[in-house]
Amino acid sequence: MVIGESKPLAEILDMVKDFKKIVVAGCKGCVTVCCAGGEKEVAILASELRIARKASGRELEVQEYTCERQCDPEYIEPLDDLVAEVDAVVSIACSVGPQYVAARYPYLRVFPGLNTTSIGGATEHGVWKEFCQACGSCIIGDFGALCPITRCAKQLLNGPCGGSSGGLCEVGKGSIPCIWQLIYDRLKNLGELHKLTEVQLYKNWSTSRDGGLRTTIREELKQ
Amino acid sequence: MTAEYAAGSKLEKIFKSGQKAVTGECGPPRGADAEHFRHKASFLKDVVDAVNVTDNQTAVVRFCSMAASRILLDMGIEPVMQMVTRDMNRIGLQSNVLGAAALGIKNLLCLTGDHQSFGDHPQAKNVHDMDSVMLAHTVKTMRDDGKMVSGTEVQGRPRIFIGAAANPFADPQEFRVVRMGKKIAAGVQFIQTQCIYNMERFVQFMEMANDMGLTEKCFIMAGITPLKSVGMANYMKKFVPGLDVPDSYITRLRGVPKDKVAAEGIKIAVEQIQECLAMKGIAGIHLMAIEWEDHVPEIVKAAGLLPRPKVEAD
Repeated sequence: MVIGESKPLAEILDMVKDFKKIVVAGCKGCVTVCCAGGEKEVAILASELRIARKASGRELEVQEYTCERQCDPEYIEPLDDLVAEVDAVVSIACSVGPQYVAARYPYLRVFPGLNTTSIGGATEHGVWKEFCQACGSCIIGDFGALCPITRCAKQLLNGPCGGSSGGLCEVGKGSIPCIWQLIYDRLKNLGELHKLTEVQLYKNWSTSRDGGLRTTIREELKQ
Repeated sequence: MTAEYAAGSKLEKIFKSGQKAVTGECGPPRGADAEHFRHKASFLKDVVDAVNVTDNQTAVVRFCSMAASRILLDMGIEPVMQMVTRDMNRIGLQSNVLGAAALGIKNLLCLTGDHQSFGDHPQAKNVHDMDSVMLAHTVKTMRDDGKMVSGTEVQGRPRIFIGAAANPFADPQEFRVVRMGKKIAAGVQFIQTQCIYNMERFVQFMEMANDMGLTEKCFIMAGITPLKSVGMANYMKKFVPGLDVPDSYITRLRGVPKDKVAAEGIKIAVEQIQECLAMKGIAGIHLMAIEWEDHVPEIVKAAGLLPRPKVEAD
């Protein structure tokens, strides 16, 4: 799923400093699961904004709404009535959300209340990690189903580099496992270490962001 | 290995003549001060066979390795130009390989490079379109097949002697030689190792390299960095990932009076050089005297490696 985390309150307050009425719009998709932009977080952010603005002597009216999803135009539609009355929307969906909201309301100011951090998942309570960079051409089958593009700081396809020590990456001050150690261990378990003796050559990055904006088309579903 | 030269560099010729080669290292400054660079490099002339020029090492901006390599050529010193894949994509890298060859640079060390989080621009974007293994393969393909990565024909093949680095002390230990083998399979002709302090582990590394037949296919140079002070030894031990400095060296440096520490460090380096040269499969020494270039002549002499062979590059 898409992982996100709240922007600092001060940054959001600065975005809306010129406004009197706003909507905070959440999303019931990924950001609800990672506890960053669901109904609960909408209520918390709305309260924080109201309190902070009240304390500063310039009250802010904040409407709350959480869309079923913000990455689907039909679920943005329910905002129509709410936004008619306000100066701006702060979306706390992943960064897809504010762009969908902006697309629907050409004359409305829209701001992101979250930083979208990665495509990943939870590894323990309160901890989410990155697992995919959406390179558009998945190669993890060659690496024991572990992704060196995302999880190696140097994106090595012929790792591990000389900075792998005691199972840890030299980047991150001991907080990041060396994915190449994990790939090595896993292929060893599977009896497939010979796979790591093959020289991996150039990756085709044209399916990644490098090839320009990506559009996925399923002809059979198109109307 | 045939006597035919891939690049005809002095370094390649010395290796192929069966003599032990010696390389040094000289890092360009963090500015455009060419005179400072020439001064440091001047200590290495005629004392080593070729001098590595680092490419923004530790991800700190310095003047570029191609310019510094050309300065060395003008001084009559053969360069080993280092190139990292951190800062350029395949377009930039291939362009620099061609440009380097056009300037007369004949030795190239293909590296991935230190991560930018260690350098002076930690907010930089890294590239990593390729890694060091792919870069070596690229240079080989351009040189031997006259083709770029895209398959486009190269007009005027770059005559380059291809090198790379290996760290025998990183993990997983049993994979380090295998990884070096991948570099060799990709086209690497000479290897310079990371600084060696843990001799026992290096012996194991070389035994495995000999068993796998890699020393028959590639010239392996043992990397030596003299310890200038107790502080430096402690720093290397604690903070440089993949460097393994045994306590015995630190005890030795501590055991001499302060004004004799540098001399003891040099003595240790000379012993290490001699130990390495006695190992089967070691083709030379890569001496990385970091900001201690003026001591290189003394170390090379004490190791019995002077005078250097008189060989002309093509």
